[in-house]
Amino acid sequence: MSHFFSKERRSETIFRWLLLSSSFLIILIIFSIALTLVIESFPSIKHNGLSLLTGDIWDPVSEKYSVLPFIVGTFITSILALIISIPFSIAASLYLGEYAEGKRSSIIIKSVLDLLAGIPSIIYGFWGLMVLVPVVRKFEEILGIPPLGIGIFTASLILSIMIIPYTTSIAREVIRLVPQDIKEAAYSLGATRFEVIRDIVIPYAKSGIFAGILLSFGRAFGETMAVTMVIGNANYIPKSLFAPANTMASVIANEFAEATSDLYLSTLVSLGLVLLITSLVVNSIGRFIITRFYVK
Amino acid sequence: MKSFSVISLLLFLLAGFNQAFAEDLTGAGASFPYPLYSKMFSEYGKQNKMNINYQSIGSGGGIKQLLAKTIDFGGSDAIMSDEQLSKAPGKILHIPTCLGAVVIVYNLNIKGELKLTPDIIADIFLGKITKWNDARIADLNKDIKLPDANISVVHRSDGSGTSAIFTDYLSKVSSEWKEKVGSGTSVNWPVGLGGKGNEGVAGLVKQVPNSIGYVELIYALQNKMSYATIQNKSGKFIKPTLESTSKAAEIAMPDDMRVSLADTESPDGYPIAGFTYILVYQEQKYDNRTIDKAKSLYKLLNWMINDGQKFTTPLHYAPLPEAAKTKAQALIKSITFDGKALE
Repeated sequence: MSHFFSKERRSETIFRWLLLSSSFLIILIIFSIALTLVIESFPSIKHNGLSLLTGDIWDPVSEKYSVLPFIVGTFITSILALIISIPFSIAASLYLGEYAEGKRSSIIIKSVLDLLAGIPSIIYGFWGLMVLVPVVRKFEEILGIPPLGIGIFTASLILSIMIIPYTTSIAREVIRLVPQDIKEAAYSLGATRFEVIRDIVIPYAKSGIFAGILLSFGRAFGETMAVTMVIGNANYIPKSLFAPANTMASVIANEFAEATSDLYLSTLVSLGLVLLITSLVVNSIGRFIITRFYVK
Repeated sequence: MKSFSVISLLLFLLAGFNQAFAEDLTGAGASFPYPLYSKMFSEYGKQNKMNINYQSIGSGGGIKQLLAKTIDFGGSDAIMSDEQLSKAPGKILHIPTCLGAVVIVYNLNIKGELKLTPDIIADIFLGKITKWNDARIADLNKDIKLPDANISVVHRSDGSGTSAIFTDYLSKVSSEWKEKVGSGTSVNWPVGLGGKGNEGVAGLVKQVPNSIGYVELIYALQNKMSYATIQNKSGKFIKPTLESTSKAAEIAMPDDMRVSLADTESPDGYPIAGFTYILVYQEQKYDNRTIDKAKSLYKLLNWMINDGQKFTTPLHYAPLPEAAKTKAQALIKSITFDGKALE
């Protein structure tokens, strides 16, 4: 009998170690990625100094590098994408979590949203270039600005479509978690459905919805292919919402293969480091809010 | 055991009869000649029962891998700089295999072919000429009715040999360009939109009305795009064709073939052209390389500049002119193994 137990305990121990070591492996990978980026960035940081973050010229020929235009481009496209997508994703999540919970329409919408999340970004890019760009160009003609059809606005539109499923699915989960008895109490006091949503559901699910938005932000932040295809890839700080610009991820994808000089390569790596740090910060804020929400 | 050794001996003999030294080769580099190299290498591989693997990772990547000695040969559209060569662990040869041209494509609703001069091209890409009906363009194209529209400039967003050839040309024809922008695989473009790859630029030019861009000749031919006729150094307006591209190389060339053909002096040559090269170490005995491998590479290079040239024209690449072939032959002959000439 005791023999049987010890065998069981041993397999239990092995299993636990297996789980523990795979978790540590993940930490190790993240850590080594960060370490590689830091080490490879040294020549760039030494050469460019603070002007890496403060200047506005990206000139590989004279080896003057500043990543500020790309930081600006990344933030503008991501924030604009959020602003465009939030009304849609919150409306969809309210409908799914509150109105259509369990109904057939909810299942259909949910699977379409999952599909949207699973479309490869290059497809979004193609669609953007072929369909969205001519539409935006018409719009620009009406507004009387140079009709390029390509630029920050188009990139933000594509991004907003790409991130809608992320915010929606997380927001829907937290809206479903709003306790039924609180809602019923409100109804029994004569509240309308709209009032219940406004005064009970949204305040209750607020931080969860916010975490979903932040995760979408992280997704928009790092998106590469779809953005590259429609943003116009101009390496300046954009002067208008319709101007061409560039993002951090897109510059790296564009210029990495032909970066011949060591300094050029190192500068692209340091751009990657900036991208990693900013995404980590955004993600940590998201995580922090989620934990706070679940404890409450 | 015995039968095993007999079989292996037989196999060895068979292989020996077919080809005395058919070592597999690996190369990497420029994407511009990739379709040509795939065709050449598959044909040559079939004839000689060997595999030649070429990865189109870009000229920069090819040079890096050659310097790290992880490949047998590199492919590059750009000439290695003196600085890069001084860092190399051995002397590197530039062996031209064919020529490419960069053409100015445009999206204009006009009849007839647009003519451009070097200074007009430079000023358009500098953002100094902004309208299609600018007096300078109009004077040159009196038979064409040009629209009163803004010019949308499109350039490559990714680093590329195409940009290197084009900016090298602009630096040669415009001192302002040379001073403000310079030449390289990626530059700080004064104006315009960036498209990723030849397909990206071609796509944008096709989409954006009144746009102008630059792509490889092959791309313009395959996509049936309109492209400009350009005035060369001798004052002649030259339409980019495979023939006029090859003619760009009919100039006095240095023995090492590291020569820019941009703004060529050749009277009938198209002015925005360049060689694409295979890069190899002159001394092939390095690391654990065998003499068979060196001979294999030597034979392949010889074939590429001679018999292999027949694959260029059908695939829209410009073949090497005779003078260039002779110089390339001399470079290949100078390849050694342990100080001794091969063959």
